[in-house]
Amino acid sequence: MHEGPQIELKLISDPMYLCGARELVGCIARRIGFDDMDCSKITLAVDEALSNIIRHGYNKSFDKPIWIGITPIKPSAESIGGIIITIDDEAKQVDPCTMKGRELEDVRPGGLGVHIIREVMDEVRYEKRAKVGMRMIMTKRAVRPEESPRLSDTGSGNRSDQEQGACKVTSVCKKSSKSLPR
Amino acid sequence: MAREQSAFITVEKPEQGIVVIVPSTDIDMSRSPELRTAIRQEMGGGVHKMIVDLEDVHYMDSSGLATLVEAMRNAGKSDTKLVICKMNQKVSAIFEIARLDSFFSIVDTRDEAVSL
Repeated sequence: MHEGPQIELKLISDPMYLCGARELVGCIARRIGFDDMDCSKITLAVDEALSNIIRHGYNKSFDKPIWIGITPIKPSAESIGGIIITIDDEAKQVDPCTMKGRELEDVRPGGLGVHIIREVMDEVRYEKRAKVGMRMIMTKRAVRPEESPRLSDTGSGNRSDQEQGACKVTSVCKKSSKSLPR
Repeated sequence: MAREQSAFITVEKPEQGIVVIVPSTDIDMSRSPELRTAIRQEMGGGVHKMIVDLEDVHYMDSSGLATLVEAMRNAGKSDTKLVICKMNQKVSAIFEIARLDSFFSIVDTRDEAVSL
């Protein structure tokens, strides 16, 4: 059985290709079974992750490589499935634990990307790649239609979900031990 | 009605002192600089109200939000009222996720924005 992402996209760090990445991810998320709003949230998370890499990882150099990998989580007795998205780059390595969004009470331009990603995805993890660059792994699980939240209800922003542990937003900091096939 | 065109941003001046910025594309990192430029160019100079009409914006990321936060701050400095109108549900959700929905003046229609 094939392991790892079932579809991969390589792009250069030019913002003009963000729309193409969004289209691909959104299309596959829809095919997996996510509703329209969840597809929108997943594409937003990917867009924010890519923008952060371009802006901070590559300091707005528009010719650096980025890889997006998509792996569907198949439905099982315990789960109704979901999507795992990995994003790899060759940017300067940073301590994964420092990848935090700013406090929202401090309203100012910028700094919202990491916060948005953590809000809309169920799990977000950053790793250092084996030799160079960073890897981001984010997971979103599909919910049955009767469990679908309101459009603006999000993971950590939904107090009742948090209290019931229905939606976990996690951040794990570790160094990747796997070498990449690239 | 004065009307100026650019590649992705239309600027309308329906009456004296009111400017309407109308982006006609999704706003991400590749497009937000153009929105920022249009807003900066139109801010001040006797403009007492700037309306950003998002009817044709089906997607916005945090760079778009940042542009509007900056516009809101500059509006305060130049005594201009900034109003956002005609947001669709997906764009509205992004404002809510970033908890910026109460930071802006947001209304449903262009008429409401003009009369606010």
